[in-house]
Amino acid sequence: MEVNTENIVKQFLYQGEPVAQQFPALHQSVYGKPLIYFDNAATTQKPYSVIHAISDYYSTINSNIHRGVHYLSQKATEAYEVSRNTVASFINARSSSEVIFTKGTTDGINLIADTFGSYAVNEGDSVIISAMEHHSNIVPWQIMCGKRGATLKVIPMNEAGELLMDEYEKLLDETVKIVAVTYVSNTLGTVNPVKKIIELAHLNGTPVLIDAAQAVQHISIDVQDLDCDFLAFSGHKMYGPTGIGILYGKEEWLEKLPPYQGGGDMIKTVTFKGTEYNDLPFKFEAGTPHIEGAITLKSAVDFITELGMDEISAFETGLLHYASTQVREIPRVEIIGNAIAKTSALSLSVKGVHPYDVGVLLDKMGIAVRTGHHCTQPVMDFYCIPGTVRLSFAVYNTTDEIDRFTESLQRAINMLV
Amino acid sequence: MTINEKQDELIEEFEYLTDWVDKYENIIQIGKELPLIDEQYKQDKYLIKGCQSKVWLYPELRDGRVYFTADSDAIISKGLVSLIVKVLSGFSPTEIRNADLYFIDRIGLKEHLSPTRSNGLLSMVKQIKLYAIAYDSSLLNR
Repeated sequence: MEVNTENIVKQFLYQGEPVAQQFPALHQSVYGKPLIYFDNAATTQKPYSVIHAISDYYSTINSNIHRGVHYLSQKATEAYEVSRNTVASFINARSSSEVIFTKGTTDGINLIADTFGSYAVNEGDSVIISAMEHHSNIVPWQIMCGKRGATLKVIPMNEAGELLMDEYEKLLDETVKIVAVTYVSNTLGTVNPVKKIIELAHLNGTPVLIDAAQAVQHISIDVQDLDCDFLAFSGHKMYGPTGIGILYGKEEWLEKLPPYQGGGDMIKTVTFKGTEYNDLPFKFEAGTPHIEGAITLKSAVDFITELGMDEISAFETGLLHYASTQVREIPRVEIIGNAIAKTSALSLSVKGVHPYDVGVLLDKMGIAVRTGHHCTQPVMDFYCIPGTVRLSFAVYNTTDEIDRFTESLQRAINMLV
Repeated sequence: MTINEKQDELIEEFEYLTDWVDKYENIIQIGKELPLIDEQYKQDKYLIKGCQSKVWLYPELRDGRVYFTADSDAIISKGLVSLIVKVLSGFSPTEIRNADLYFIDRIGLKEHLSPTRSNGLLSMVKQIKLYAIAYDSSLLNR
């Protein structure tokens, strides 16, 4: 791809200042070098607004929700539900009862694999995933298929890291009960044509789950426009707290599915003879939830909304193109994943050099990247490599940081070959 | 030279390297001195588990002393295993199993000893000690 790197925005400004000023963890030295954080696909750093919200929660309204009639409990419950509403409008859900708080993407996928499995999957049925899924969107389906006697089918991809849509269409038959595909590949950065994937599945009468863990912080998501049946993502990859995530589900589906876990909050009445379950979304939120995480996720969503998702997308795409252009100049370096539609993640392979070695040396130069298989071992097997060096960008990264990365990578390669 | 004298020698060598990248440059150099494992022993049996890269380690008992050869597909892991082999190879099983490897901390590699580190320095040390224990008990039983 030919990119004019002169027009790329060097850094994202917030209220006239570099947005990185909002992230205290970025302003430190590691091994005597100023930190550059390029491991955002693993988790992002947190802005002051989120950090302060966490502290404020515990300093003011900390108490259990949906139970107490007392003042603090009502305040906490209100904040919890306001956050749910904020998330609902962020992804344009029809109603906040379609938004379930989970522990994270993995938890959300497990919830659907388990409950949908027992509701709709039987012997001889099948489930479709893709060749570029994170282990989190492979293993829950494998477990469920194992229990239900179903088969797991995989949409193949090409060398560029793009799903083969013709092959996908061939896989769609009457045995397929659900399709689970990632919106954005955490390893390759590929943005999958999920709208088309959903449309084709629906023509087959099959619901679709979208793993949006790597999409929600980079791309504006409208669940009604996508028409996905389920969509899961994590708070900590979108500048929010860890241990909190969201599972969106169409109300008609969530009503039909059995509960995932039993416990407090998910019930209306309990006797020793039986239990009447609570309404949505509480039916799927057993036990005391991650209250502080759920409440402060709102601050992360507000932060993104204030910066503007379209502006974030455009800026990060610029960074990706800039970095791709720069690393192509370095001998021995190959980009793994060359899809036309990409966002934010850049995986590199250095000829004759183990990714682990590059990662260790970059770390000592103050640059945080991820090395290894990125929880996508099948993708590594596809390319016959032990792993990659992955850079993944967030709104606070800059082109200057990419320049320093490029120099450091060159230096590391010189040391290793 | 005793195990501790070998450790002290390495500590002194690393002391002058204040920049972290220079330390690793030196680890890479030390990797080049590693007595390489015979290709026939590059089997899963001799693979050290718990490394992001592959590290093979082969022990041999000769005249009551244990000698190690090793290799890795990653250069830094090769350097790390070479450091350990440099210190422990050529000593008796008892000396090896009782060795207190204080040099790892002193040359600044303590972070690599945490069980969650993916380079497996801890696994390398564990494996070497296990070989020494096995040899030690087989020598005693003779």
